[in-house]
Amino acid sequence: MSGVAIGVDAGSTTWKGVVIDSAGEILGSVVVAAEPLVEQQTNREVAKLREATQTPGDTPVGATGYGRKRVGADRAITEITCHARGAFHRTGRAGVLVDMGGQDSKVIRIGPDGMVADFAMNDKCAAGTGRFLEVLLGRLKVAWDQVPGLVDSAESAVSVSSTCTVFAESEVISLMAEGEPVEGILKGVHQSLASRVAALAGTIPTGTAVFMSGGVALGQVMVDAMSAALGREVTVLPEPQLVGALGAALSVR
Amino acid sequence: MITRRLHYEMIKHVGGPFLMELQGLSKRLRGRREPRPDSPFGPPLESVGKLKDLMTRHYLEGRYADGAVPVAWVTSGFPVELLRALGFHSVYPENHAALCGVQRLTPEYSDAAEKVGYSRSLCSYARTDIGGVLLDKTPAGRLPRPDLLACCTNICQTVLYWYRCLAEHFGVPLVLIDTPFVYGDSAGHHQQYVKDQLEELMAVAERISGRRVDPARLLEVARLAYEGTLLWGECLAESTHRPAPWTGFDGFFHIAPIVALRGGAECNAYYRHLVDELRYRVGRGIGGIKEERYRLLWDNLPIWFNVRDMSTLLAENRFNIVVTTYTNAWAEAGKRMNPSDPINSAAQSYTYVILNEDLDRRLELMSRLAAEYQVDGALLHSDRSCKPYSIGQVDLRDKLADLAGVKSLLLEADHNDQRAYSTEQGNTRLQAFMEGFA
Repeated sequence: MSGVAIGVDAGSTTWKGVVIDSAGEILGSVVVAAEPLVEQQTNREVAKLREATQTPGDTPVGATGYGRKRVGADRAITEITCHARGAFHRTGRAGVLVDMGGQDSKVIRIGPDGMVADFAMNDKCAAGTGRFLEVLLGRLKVAWDQVPGLVDSAESAVSVSSTCTVFAESEVISLMAEGEPVEGILKGVHQSLASRVAALAGTIPTGTAVFMSGGVALGQVMVDAMSAALGREVTVLPEPQLVGALGAALSVR
Repeated sequence: MITRRLHYEMIKHVGGPFLMELQGLSKRLRGRREPRPDSPFGPPLESVGKLKDLMTRHYLEGRYADGAVPVAWVTSGFPVELLRALGFHSVYPENHAALCGVQRLTPEYSDAAEKVGYSRSLCSYARTDIGGVLLDKTPAGRLPRPDLLACCTNICQTVLYWYRCLAEHFGVPLVLIDTPFVYGDSAGHHQQYVKDQLEELMAVAERISGRRVDPARLLEVARLAYEGTLLWGECLAESTHRPAPWTGFDGFFHIAPIVALRGGAECNAYYRHLVDELRYRVGRGIGGIKEERYRLLWDNLPIWFNVRDMSTLLAENRFNIVVTTYTNAWAEAGKRMNPSDPINSAAQSYTYVILNEDLDRRLELMSRLAAEYQVDGALLHSDRSCKPYSIGQVDLRDKLADLAGVKSLLLEADHNDQRAYSTEQGNTRLQAFMEGFA
């Protein structure tokens, strides 16, 4: 099984793992909620992955995410490098990758060689991340699967100007109290989030491909909002939540 | 007054040197502490011991200075030579705040300043200093009370308001040297304006010290200051060699004499010793880190409370900071000094400082340093507390990449307040930046 590798992305919100073959194709994967004891969770989930994919015990493990240094992997690499590597493996081309994860968002410029040419991340604050969306959906009492239908039915977006999760939550409470429709607020929340991340991206040269990864990319409404904020088409990478773990696995082959 | 002076002179000439000898003897008896075998750093600089002695003596003398000699609290970019010629003992609140920052005392001191209304958005040096004054606390034992506050706006405007607060607190005069910002070149009338203020400063300083300046002494101090900046520049320039014989982080600490003791013979004697040691290391290929693979430029002040962790992370990944715009600033000043004309020289050299010059000059400087020190990349510390140093860094980063081919990382932190820095996020960014070179 030469070239087979395991990649772990121990993120702040979810734990992701993949097993890849020598061609970099995913043989097995798992996405579960992150637990505080990341080492124990990793041992357990990796054992399950090995069993499910019949992967030998000496298969190298690459780790990324905030728990990367605590999982006893053969190599720990940052999410920035891993997402770039995973994205380049998927697309084979240079471009800009927008990764919207649980508690951070990254905009990574990938060079023609697949290396990170530059990157920007949200700073010191979870505004512009999946957590922002999660908090506000909770306040609006909207489930993830209700989002597309509600946003589609919104007559117009209600502006949610704040870029701080805590302040945005109180702003949303005020808007609800003023009788603004949930659909419009929801649309506004997505636009607010997208504009925050688009600001990280700065000016993207014309003709540059833009990709999206991370759990937030699973929501089409968010992808559309991101596309509108950047003023260009955004391509969601296949299995966007697994891109970091894929990059981690590719790093130890 | 006479008793204080006697006490001060005793400490300066007998007590201080005796204590240092005693400490040296105790160190020799304990034997040299060897670095851990797995340390990523090269052998420690022998000069560090002398540096500690020098600065300890300076702070020790300071404890007994007020009432014995005139005392001035001055900003780091103040033309202190002029005061030194009149026998002033100088205290550098920024240097002292950095000492507090390294010992992670800023939150405690800042809290005291914040409690009486100073905003946390202010410079953390200012908050540390004002808080320390309010608490009457210092890790240096005791700071002498100032007779004069001397502030130069060539590093920022905050110092003006900071020193006004100190002036009100201590009830002592404040002299301000206002240096017009340099766009392109400093105009002749700007130079005259600075020179006029320096002459007014001399009049105030003479009144406070109760003596007239001796022109020969002023020339001597100016000569020593000039020589000191040249020696400091020689120390830094040793890092143009591969491997660099020390790290940029070492440089941050070794800057203390040229900041606080500029114009004194002891400062120059120290740098002569240091440059000899650095040359010895260069000659034998001894590096600041064991394996120097990538060389970096650092822009802005250090993150004082995180120096050890960051230097270790870099060294473990075979990255060495070989040049910093911050430490270079004191070497750069020498290029415009003319020790035979102290007042005009001060007007020139203290106007043209990195924080008082436009972005084109900063870009030119950084590009030059990047080439001279053959750097592979740059770390630009976006310092929450130092807006004049941090503004424009996004453009500088882009232009450094376009014009000098230097890849940079913008690292958000604060020079003194650990509450404004997220270690995990900072390390992730730094790690990702380093991975980009592999």
